[in-house]
Amino acid sequence: MPIKTEPFYLNIGPQHPSTHGVFRLRVALDGEVVVGVEPIIGYLHRGIEKLAETRTYTQTIPFTDRLDYLSSMTNNLAYCLAVEKLGGLKVPERAEYIRVIFSEIMRISSHMMAVGFFLNDLGAMMTPVLYMWREREKIMDMFEMVCGQRLLYNYMRIGGVSQNLPDDFMPAVKKFLAEMPKYIDEYDQLLAQNEILLARSKGVGILSKDTAIGIGASGPVLRASGVKWDIRKMDPYSIYERFDFEVPTGDTGDCYDRYWVRMLEIRQSVRILEQAIAQIPEKGAVCADVPQFFRPPRGEAYGYLEGPKGNIGFYIVSDGSIAPYRLHIYPPTLINITALSDMVIGWKVADLIIIFGSIDVVLGEIDR
Amino acid sequence: MTLLEQFQLLLKNANWPDWAVYLTPAIAGILLILVFVLTIIIVFIWWERRLLGRFQLRTGPNRCGPEGIFQPIATAIKILLKEDIVPDKADKLLHFVAPIIVFVPILMLFAVIPVGEGAILVDLNIGIIYIIAISSISVIGIFMASWASNNKYSLIAGMRAIAQMVSYELPVVLSIVGVALVAGSFSMLKIVEAQGIPYILQQPLGFIIFFLGALAEMNRSPFDLLEADSEIVAGYHIEYSGMKFAMFYLGEYGIVLAYAGIMATLFLGGWQGPLLPPIVWFLIKVVIIFSFIIWMRATLPRLRVDQLMSFAWKFLLPMAVINLVIIAVEVLVLPLSMQWLIIILNFGFAAALILLWSKLFTLGGGRVEV
Repeated sequence: MPIKTEPFYLNIGPQHPSTHGVFRLRVALDGEVVVGVEPIIGYLHRGIEKLAETRTYTQTIPFTDRLDYLSSMTNNLAYCLAVEKLGGLKVPERAEYIRVIFSEIMRISSHMMAVGFFLNDLGAMMTPVLYMWREREKIMDMFEMVCGQRLLYNYMRIGGVSQNLPDDFMPAVKKFLAEMPKYIDEYDQLLAQNEILLARSKGVGILSKDTAIGIGASGPVLRASGVKWDIRKMDPYSIYERFDFEVPTGDTGDCYDRYWVRMLEIRQSVRILEQAIAQIPEKGAVCADVPQFFRPPRGEAYGYLEGPKGNIGFYIVSDGSIAPYRLHIYPPTLINITALSDMVIGWKVADLIIIFGSIDVVLGEIDR
Repeated sequence: MTLLEQFQLLLKNANWPDWAVYLTPAIAGILLILVFVLTIIIVFIWWERRLLGRFQLRTGPNRCGPEGIFQPIATAIKILLKEDIVPDKADKLLHFVAPIIVFVPILMLFAVIPVGEGAILVDLNIGIIYIIAISSISVIGIFMASWASNNKYSLIAGMRAIAQMVSYELPVVLSIVGVALVAGSFSMLKIVEAQGIPYILQQPLGFIIFFLGALAEMNRSPFDLLEADSEIVAGYHIEYSGMKFAMFYLGEYGIVLAYAGIMATLFLGGWQGPLLPPIVWFLIKVVIIFSFIIWMRATLPRLRVDQLMSFAWKFLLPMAVINLVIIAVEVLVLPLSMQWLIIILNFGFAAALILLWSKLFTLGGGRVEV
């Protein structure tokens, strides 16, 4: 007579060291093997979309900081792009460059956190994270210089940015760019050929090209699966068509590729930054002339860009008043984790953790 | 004659009653070991935090006393003042007993680790077998803890514990047998005395196998699957707090100290060394091994559970068997005067074997169809 068995249900989260926030996974296990997974989200829901309906267009910018709090700048920018599209505003040249510079610095920072915590999920005891933080600290200092904040910047404005660059910013960013390639080499030396890292992440959690396109994945997760898709290249916003850079892609779409694509993207971001620093006009306005109570004409607009985690978009419907009639946020990581169960079924608990980590989620964005 | 026996002789000559002659030195010795071990554990905890801090580009604790040396004491006070929580549906008795079963055998290991000429509690003629036997008791305690906690994370840890500890016992034992073969004795004192040249040079492969096996036995990174904090949070001691948690915590460092002591005794020449007193040499060797373990902890990610098992059975065990055969043949064929030839031969064998194995096998493991 066969022994009757039943799956072993395990709640991972909402309070768990590796869920990157308050995420809950209800996992069905057969021994250590994952046989079913059910994500439960909403623990961090703050109703940002609804709140925006009662605020002016400018007052909504701080809310966008709190979506993906590891890449506040690009969230700000995506929202501002949507409003500018709605109002048909022209952004000054210098402001465009400042926006690109900060988007790319933000991308470096976000990718370093992603890689660091991915290694933490692998069990590397904080060391990679703290090495990454050494560089991130300099990035935080640069952000602090321009806007006085280290996490939630609220720097972009409709039609430009809030303040001009301080005098000590340019030397700091030049020093950072000169040092960065050396440090990236150091990270690669520490991690890229690590035998245990390879054994743990090669071939683990494969997201096939078709599935990735099918679910509408974006960002490094999509590119690791071998799809050459980057909004900066495909549909350039701001002034990205002026810069020369490549879009790195992976081959198989496993965890290692997702890690490696991020490392390559950091190098590309450094490349863009070097060009932007060389080209930025010395003087000029940093914000277009926008009234405090900005009233865009009736209509709707969708502004989106290539954030560090993927395609982040803001859809705004205006009824001509000072507040949006409706704001909808298209969050990249929510879309990216929809493929989670395809990726993890059949792998072990430890793999579930690293696959989830390799997608690089931030719960502020998923729950909004 | 060990120091303990000299003490007994002294009391006997002073016409103490028989029971006192045996009991007094034994109790004195046990107390000495307790104090010695606990002090070193406290220093170890401090050393690990400081060194780990340096590896991770931070300072580590430096507020409490000079260089933060009293930080572990502050931690101990904090832990002891915590409420002792027992989960509602836990098996109360097992939950209470488990930390003791984990901690006591670890202390018992120190009875046969010599820290100097004759400075050993009991010079058992089967010292190594005693160590092997006693060190495998802890796993029962760990499994009891994980089962009694009635927590799913700790249950996973308990299952991992049984598999891991039992698998890694074999390569560890087989690599010790090589040492015993050459030394011609199971007694820890005799083994140290037999080491003109430390056995790490004579049996490099044996040392590597023992070191990796011991890492798994004491749940240190990269084999720290029992308390993998990114996966199963804290593993078997997830439901423990207060004094019971302190027992696990001390046990964790106690076993590292014990294994570092055993490694120093078996492979690094124990207390032997020029100029400095024996105990200092012993401690230097122990601290070097411990620092190396911290270095690995700071650098390496964790293995997965199936990779851990295949590493034991596909890599360590066959290599340990081959190592044993090589050592046995050398003991039989080559005279002792050809020490240096043996050393060169064994380094060659070790390099060739490791290279061959890394080409032949992979850790494997992958997706299971469900």
